[in-house]
Amino acid sequence: MLITRVLVLTIALIAATATAHAQISDGIVKIGVMNDQSGTYADITGPGSTTAARLAVEDFGAAKKGLKVEIVVADHLNKPDVGSSIARQWYDAEKVDVIVDVPTSSVALAINQITRDKGKAFLVSGAASSDLTGKACSPNTIHWTYDTWALANGTGSAIVKTGGDTWFFLTADYAFGHALERDTEAVVVKNGGKVLGKVRHPFPTADFSSFLLQAQASKAKIIGLANAGADTTNAIKQGAEFGIVKGGQQFAGLLVFISDVHALSLEKANGLVLTEAFYWDLNDKTRAWSKRFAEKQHGAMPTMVQAGVYSAVLHYLKAVEALKSDDGTKVIAKMKEMPTDDPLFGKGVVRADGRKIHPMYLFEVKKPAEAKGPWDYYKVRATIPAEQAFRPLDQGECPLVKK
Amino acid sequence: MPVQALFGQVLIGLINGAFYAMLSLGLSVIFGLLNIINFAHGALYMTGAFAAYFLLQWAGLGYWWSLLLAPIAVGLLGVVLEKTMLKRLYHLDHLYGLLLTFGIALIIQGGFRNEFGSSGLPYAIPSQLTGGYNLGFMFLPTYRAWVVVFSIVVCVGTWVVIERTRLGAYLRAATENPTLVRAFGINVPRMITLTYGFGVALAGLAGVLAAPIYQVNPLMGADLIIVVFAVVVIGGMGSIMGSIVTGFTLGIVEGFTKVFYPEASNTVIFVIMALVLLVRPAGLFGRTA
Repeated sequence: MLITRVLVLTIALIAATATAHAQISDGIVKIGVMNDQSGTYADITGPGSTTAARLAVEDFGAAKKGLKVEIVVADHLNKPDVGSSIARQWYDAEKVDVIVDVPTSSVALAINQITRDKGKAFLVSGAASSDLTGKACSPNTIHWTYDTWALANGTGSAIVKTGGDTWFFLTADYAFGHALERDTEAVVVKNGGKVLGKVRHPFPTADFSSFLLQAQASKAKIIGLANAGADTTNAIKQGAEFGIVKGGQQFAGLLVFISDVHALSLEKANGLVLTEAFYWDLNDKTRAWSKRFAEKQHGAMPTMVQAGVYSAVLHYLKAVEALKSDDGTKVIAKMKEMPTDDPLFGKGVVRADGRKIHPMYLFEVKKPAEAKGPWDYYKVRATIPAEQAFRPLDQGECPLVKK
Repeated sequence: MPVQALFGQVLIGLINGAFYAMLSLGLSVIFGLLNIINFAHGALYMTGAFAAYFLLQWAGLGYWWSLLLAPIAVGLLGVVLEKTMLKRLYHLDHLYGLLLTFGIALIIQGGFRNEFGSSGLPYAIPSQLTGGYNLGFMFLPTYRAWVVVFSIVVCVGTWVVIERTRLGAYLRAATENPTLVRAFGINVPRMITLTYGFGVALAGLAGVLAAPIYQVNPLMGADLIIVVFAVVVIGGMGSIMGSIVTGFTLGIVEGFTKVFYPEASNTVIFVIMALVLLVRPAGLFGRTA
């Protein structure tokens, strides 16, 4: 772009009460929410994640506990170079203690390394690449909400087991798409399926017709969409136009968020099977929280990424309180030691490799007639228990895991 | 890669080329007659798509009405922009027009994004144009065929008006020497205003055509406009025929890239642009000043 639209906005300064703890650097716990505030992933993460982080600070009761917490926000434009320079600026000059969210795996992998070098803390909710707790795992990073392995394991195996055994991938051509394609292909092959072909499209892409024709020509039963956001919705929408489903092929949206379903409308999205870590309508606690969230977000229900930001920030603040310090490496170690508990994901733990585990859900998108109200989109097809939902600890090649 | 599959890709390329052609045509008309590099073009294309969405949601008017009304609405918006802001810049360097229109684009996009988010809104294909034909080598959706035919008609129509009619002759004369044309009793400022309105109405029209294919998305114009500018530069700034031919041709080139080296499909046009600028700085159809 011609103009760098990097807006760094100071959002909330929670009023101070007593003098700050001696161990808290400069007396303030400074949380940097970094994500896509304006592009393809803005509805999935974006301002909603900021709202979620603020709700976490509010629910933690920072002000009452005498903890000064400040939230700053930045837009990384889905570009690793932009994200890296904001992260350096935050850590070096602005005394940010922890960066949260960061969708777009290429950006998250860059910040993962910077955070490690600077000894700070990084809580990933938006990014998907399972490498963050694999080869690239770090003592300063926790991968909170979901990852490509969990998506492949949920959606991929469910589809192969119901007969979708030949696949053609449409893959977003960057770290995330590659990881999702790799992890899904492994699941497909393991379950006896076959991959007939793949095509890597630029990120983002508006017109999928050429790729859809190639997928059609492959005669694969399943067209796996290893992409996200507007790329996924455009592919599905145009797929209907090209008669993909009528021709007997099916889409597997490997990463579909509730905001995508909302954008597609139930007429186009019904029947899609997808894996998510969170849905607003799971139980009373998720409904109550989501209602508060929606009031601040033009009525939009939270995505799993936004819910994950809430859960991660809440647990981070608990660890800071317990430790009376905001030293990045120490807080992350403390977060791994303490069990997690929050209204959205229930009880869970953070593993040695930095993977937060909780149940994942296999959802099916409802038919228009089944929906009782706005945002009533999913029915639960299966709950994948936490121990099975994520890649086993010993298979990720994470150097932090002692063999 | 079987030859038959390539036919399919050529056809797909033509469809994308149709959008490039319609948008770059509007840009060329505006640049040729107003000397303004209209960076707001993408935002106005997006506004056209949103206008179609609003007409459906709020007024219950379907696609066919939108095809007529949305371009008029966008054209009127263009007239207002020209009357209130752009006309003050004609005697200044190109850069000022570029900056102003770029700013306008950011404001329009930001406003829509703030209100409607970035995931886009659904807009269905009109019932008369759903379905498609099995051509043997590919499945051609009826709607895409309609887009190609319709945009060729619009492009050729515009070319005829500007190059072959008396009105077009006035327009071209007014760009060469506005003072002289005014001496013949022709209201040049009004003509320029209407030209800008027409140019952006073409963008609005392309937006309506795009609405059923893509999500109606605040960012749809921003992604497209850079490519369209490359098309205009390759064709030759201000050349009407150049932008039509280049638009369709580059659509096809891009289509082929998507088969043989998909990773490069969003850069190929810029590579061509660089090459063309090296060999023919005025563009393929441009005249050196």
